[in-house]
Amino acid sequence: MSDVTPETTVRVAERVERLTAETSEGPQGLLERRATELNELGREVGAVLRGTGLALDPRDVDVERSDDETMIINMGPAHPSTHGVLRLMLELDGEYVLRTKPVIGYLHTGMEKTGETLSYVQGATNVTRMDYLSPISNELGFCTAVETLLGVELPPRAVWIRMMMAELNRVASHLVWMATNGMDLGSTSMMIYGFRERELILAFFEKTTGLRMNTNYVRPGGVAADLPDGWEDDVTVICDTILERTDEYDELLTGQPIFRGRMEGVAPISAEEAMALGVTGPILRSTGVAWDLRRTMPYLAYDQVDFDVIVGTYGDNFDRFAVRLNEIRESIRIVRQCVERMPRGDYRVQDAKVTPPPRARIDESMEALIHHFKLFTEGFQVPAGEVYTAIESPRGELGCYLVSDGSPHPFRMHVRAPSFVNLQAVPLMMRGGMVSDAITVISSVDPIMGEVDR
Amino acid sequence: MALEDLHHNFLTGRLEDMVRWARRASVWPATFGLACCAIEMMAAGAADYDLARYGMEVFRNSPRQADLMIVAGRVSQKMAPVLRQVYDQMMEPKWVISMGVCASSGGMFNNYAIVQGVDQIVPVDVYAPGCPPSPETLMHAILTLHEQIRTGEVLRRRGGATPPAAGSGGWTPEVPVAVRLGTPT
Amino acid sequence: MIPLPPTAPPGVACADALACDVACFPTPDGYVDLVRAWREDGFELCADLCGVDYLGHPGRDLPEGVVATRFEVVVNLLSLERRQRVRVRVQAGDREPRVASLFGVYPGTEAMEREAFDLVGILFDGHPDLTRILMPEDWEGHPLRKDYAVGRVPVQFKEAPGPR
Repeated sequence: MSDVTPETTVRVAERVERLTAETSEGPQGLLERRATELNELGREVGAVLRGTGLALDPRDVDVERSDDETMIINMGPAHPSTHGVLRLMLELDGEYVLRTKPVIGYLHTGMEKTGETLSYVQGATNVTRMDYLSPISNELGFCTAVETLLGVELPPRAVWIRMMMAELNRVASHLVWMATNGMDLGSTSMMIYGFRERELILAFFEKTTGLRMNTNYVRPGGVAADLPDGWEDDVTVICDTILERTDEYDELLTGQPIFRGRMEGVAPISAEEAMALGVTGPILRSTGVAWDLRRTMPYLAYDQVDFDVIVGTYGDNFDRFAVRLNEIRESIRIVRQCVERMPRGDYRVQDAKVTPPPRARIDESMEALIHHFKLFTEGFQVPAGEVYTAIESPRGELGCYLVSDGSPHPFRMHVRAPSFVNLQAVPLMMRGGMVSDAITVISSVDPIMGEVDR
Repeated sequence: MALEDLHHNFLTGRLEDMVRWARRASVWPATFGLACCAIEMMAAGAADYDLARYGMEVFRNSPRQADLMIVAGRVSQKMAPVLRQVYDQMMEPKWVISMGVCASSGGMFNNYAIVQGVDQIVPVDVYAPGCPPSPETLMHAILTLHEQIRTGEVLRRRGGATPPAAGSGGWTPEVPVAVRLGTPT
Repeated sequence: MIPLPPTAPPGVACADALACDVACFPTPDGYVDLVRAWREDGFELCADLCGVDYLGHPGRDLPEGVVATRFEVVVNLLSLERRQRVRVRVQAGDREPRVASLFGVYPGTEAMEREAFDLVGILFDGHPDLTRILMPEDWEGHPLRKDYAVGRVPVQFKEAPGPR
């Protein structure tokens, strides 16, 4: 049996070459040093950020180093620890990372284009699939923009329901982050625990919205449904359980010497660098900047609840972990206040042009039927104009830029995805670290590729 | 050798049945998470749903060690060649579950960026509906696949093992050999 | 509406905007200078940058003296200290939209400008690495332009088996 003939070897070589050619992204990837401009080199190593912002020191980019001392390796897009389909190209000097370049777009879904063909009523269905760990935040960001254009005032109950759901979602998102972060560091038990607690929240979401993920619950003008009977008990149980177990995880991870060794002092970023790169969310807060849109530019009713903004000191991996861990506790605090102070009343605006009539009304009222039909076939019209609104998603500032031309469809919908911007900090954080630290860096930035690529 | 010389009990059976049984009980999936469905796939492997019951919790990070590719999420035009490469790296016998409507048909994203059905790139054995499919649906899909392995052919060659040349208008769909989820056998 | 920073270049028109403290419309030449002036005035974070294709739009509200072009680049700046938001909208041209890159002012706009180039086709002068970012390298066209179709594939149910 000799299957390997010269012919087969050639065929295999051709095939490999073709596959390489098809999966390579050319200049989008990391090029060799001599093929890269100095400015670009400076960006890849983060040198342009130091000092006043643009002082480029050639020593920072080690231009003298010849190419044969280093190697460029590819990581992803089907790598298990890149949280989806992130592709990183690393230039290594032995075990040390010199340059990094994220290659993204492997999950580009064209949501901004699809959003232009959907009406504002359908729009929330579209955006909810961007950041699939915190769908409520996406819907909230989009709906806030639509409502600002429309100029509608929400009933208080809708505001508080939104706030409670958004915070529960933040808890779920941070739990998944802790789970995957634990798995990346080899702590498989954390993975099991994180997903176990998330199921509690998802069960409540399923009860309330009908879906575990991608809920399409927040809609322009309010929320899709009122909270189910007995929701107070459900939410209280969730809060009690998760708060108690958060302490356990705190004990499990924070005091763990291996965990600390891999997190403390690894991949620090300063506040100036983070702001120059546009980084927001837990990463910015971990550098000591107390910037949380819930506190600094309050939306919904965040100015009426009591919570703390968690900040770190060093901006390293461990601080990012600590910020997220404590944000779980703060979110639970907000949820508890929501349970106590949930107002009565409507859960959506009683404006027949924006909100569909109740199902029972359709059978008896012609007008309700017409409104229902118009709303779901054509949608409602939004005054012409443009608006940018932002909310604090679990990963940072989630903005939505909407341009309306007065028709029922957005003329342009752009979402400022926090992960997309935060990902730019990866090369800076990676520089000088070991390859094994690269995994923890990706994990601590917490990019959600659905949101990065949209 | 006469039978009375044997000192132990024995069973007879067909070798094929045993091969099928062994394959069915040890399908190792590759971690190929793309989008929302990947989170549900991870949830299926975690505490509450526990895929280990089916001998499937060993998510292999290398496609070379995996038998099953769960295409969990929407496949973009940029990802399509990568997906095919991962599929080509897997050893025979291999199976594919298309998880979620985006992977199965493009779902609600009928636009320029998304491949309208992963069966245009790789042959799919089981389609799991849902957006995203709940872990129960994924398990049902896996059990359906198990049933398909148990009753299917032991030796199976996929048609068109080499993909068509690049630039010849994309991948040509292969003849689907799929069953619908829930189809009674 | 907050006043323009003292170092702002001449010829900047201002207008009120929803959920934002001021929207300003610089000339293409004064664009980078204006953004730099805002940065020196305390707007240390560039929240967002995107391109908009106004082809087929029935007409938008612009202050006097601003000539509407097909493409527009929208930059949203944020001041952490003053807790204010500022929007800069620059008219980028009709045929071959082209503006200067903000990379020298905010390095964090690098990915956003690449995205605007990839999806809307706006060229940024002085950008260190203006390549596609979301689409494959050999992709033709810029998907978010209005003359680029959604790319919808008609769904056929012919092949589906009938009801069981």
